[in-house]
Amino acid sequence: MSQAMWNFIFIGITFTAYISIALMSRASSTKDYYTAGGSVSPFANGMATAADWMSAATFISMAGVVASSGYGSSRFLMGWTGGFVLLTTLMVPYLRKFGKATVPDFIGDRYYSQTARLVAVVCAIFICMTYIMGQMRGVGIVFARLFDIEIATGVLLGSAIVFFYAGIGGMKGITYTQVAQYCVMVFAYTIPVIYISMMVTGDALPQLGLVGHYVKDGAEAMPLLEKMNLIADELGVTHYTQGTLSSIDMFCITAALMFGTAGLPHVIVRFFTVKSVKAVRISACWTLSFIAIIYLTAPALGLFARLNIVQEIDKQAYHSAPEWFSNWEDQGMVAWVDKNNDGLMALGKGEVFSGKPVYREAEVRGEYGQRLVQNTPSTGPNEVYYDRDIIVLANPEVAGLPPWIIALVMAGCVAAALSTAAGLLLVLSTSISHDLMKKVLKPDLSDKEEVFYARLASFGALLIAAYFGINPPADFVAKTVAFAFGLAASSFFPTIFLGIFTRRTNQLGAISGMIAGIGFTAGYIIYFQFMADHSDYWMGISPEGIGFVGMLLNFAVAISVSAVTARPPQAVQDMVESIRVPNNAGVASH
Amino acid sequence: MNEREKHKYHWRYSLRLVMALLILWFSVSFGAGILLKDFLDQFSIGTAPLGFWMAQQGSIIGFVILLIIYSVMMNRLDKKLGFDQDDEI
Repeated sequence: MSQAMWNFIFIGITFTAYISIALMSRASSTKDYYTAGGSVSPFANGMATAADWMSAATFISMAGVVASSGYGSSRFLMGWTGGFVLLTTLMVPYLRKFGKATVPDFIGDRYYSQTARLVAVVCAIFICMTYIMGQMRGVGIVFARLFDIEIATGVLLGSAIVFFYAGIGGMKGITYTQVAQYCVMVFAYTIPVIYISMMVTGDALPQLGLVGHYVKDGAEAMPLLEKMNLIADELGVTHYTQGTLSSIDMFCITAALMFGTAGLPHVIVRFFTVKSVKAVRISACWTLSFIAIIYLTAPALGLFARLNIVQEIDKQAYHSAPEWFSNWEDQGMVAWVDKNNDGLMALGKGEVFSGKPVYREAEVRGEYGQRLVQNTPSTGPNEVYYDRDIIVLANPEVAGLPPWIIALVMAGCVAAALSTAAGLLLVLSTSISHDLMKKVLKPDLSDKEEVFYARLASFGALLIAAYFGINPPADFVAKTVAFAFGLAASSFFPTIFLGIFTRRTNQLGAISGMIAGIGFTAGYIIYFQFMADHSDYWMGISPEGIGFVGMLLNFAVAISVSAVTARPPQAVQDMVESIRVPNNAGVASH
Repeated sequence: MNEREKHKYHWRYSLRLVMALLILWFSVSFGAGILLKDFLDQFSIGTAPLGFWMAQQGSIIGFVILLIIYSVMMNRLDKKLGFDQDDEI
């Protein structure tokens, strides 16, 4: 059977499953729409949260980042998993006990202030919007490859599907679809890696392979990482097990990602769907376990794939390069510039040219039949450009795996993008219909009208996301991801934390803390990402890590302002007291 | 214990537990994976340098274990104090 047939079969089966699940679990009330009626089992919610959390970027690019930066990529590996420890021990059990539908709800009620609520709504919308743009682009790219259509058509197709089941089904619909999507993702991610691990290290378990020996094609057994470091020496690049970032920058970026994760509204609300505080804790264990399966596999995949690519490409003539090289050249994912005119493809230190390749027409070919690029080559020795996404996308081909696995990987990419987009869309629409319409603009909204506004808002949000998916502002999305985490770390995390763990933090403290944290973080990121043309960072902390400093600033301002202003009202202090213990019975009376 | 004392006990216990777990959380990630990474690299696990391995695998495994400890201990505490009924939103 041909590759196209396999693709259609896999995409067809998975989509039929997603849509029928969504139809079976339609939301009829706001409770269903926002929190699936609070009736999801911890296990199912764990899977759904894992799918929600792992975006197309994680699925497609993570292993590529590991492959290209080795130890340096640990900041993402630790940052995006360690955040769940903070989230579980400091946030969600208490927020679940509080029992409202959204994060701005908590901030608005805890700080008895519409201003605080509004700041929270704006942050939530901004964070989700930043994220969802990248997802729609991801869906578009995968559809474009699968069905051989324009990326724009792919984005529209993806948006229609997401609207269909997130807009119609609400939280209930997306939760059960995400469960199915997680299953697709986990098989799509791990099965190819197991094959490759067998091939490269002889161990079926990739995590064992990572600490094992290199034995490919009967080579003499040699520790895998040592082998990679030797290759790095030959190529004149940094050792795989060493980083290029300073310790302080690594520290701050990892911290910003962790605290940001613990403050992301679309992750927090997922824990409002289970029925008790006890279930929240169990569910968090499942969530992190499901995420860990993929995050523990990514480092192995990155290493195996980098070894494979170096060995198949370095010092090879173009005509004897493997078939996948020219396939992905046509997709614009790899390029070769013969800088020294020796006809051999050489890997080396530094970039081949700056940015992504801009090809000349397909008919114009170089001396050896390679595609030509218009980019000005750099002076460094590196001649081969490869997009880091091919680590996952082309991996099955590089390793010579059967076509059904390639189709499975494609289905996995689509599942990753759709599940995250749906989760974000839900938070976006909730923020608008519930936090903005119901709580601020039109308090007399009926339940039915609220669901209607939520659907309307999700339609509007999708239109904007689809527009930016089709016309991505150059580099904008990549740069704003730092923004999303920095903002969550410097606004939501400290505000929610103080709201639970101190009774003393009051309205003024929380608002001035949020403004100081966001203002500082946003200012720093905007200055270095969009205005400054140098990167002499303050204390060597890059914009990705500045959210951590913003968070400390928020804490400092909130605590000191609260200390010199009036205590919060007694009712609020009692509320804080009551969310600290899990059950409703016998709320402390004093 | 009356209700009020139970509440106090519950809150103190959970604060202590969370504090202990967060110290471990910091040690396995920031400690072993970043600050002490170069020192730990002289040891190895399998064929991998320990500091590198902690940053890419060990810390994540550690996080999962910490969460399991947290949920088992907290749910046991709830049960002991009779706080474990399911609550509705």
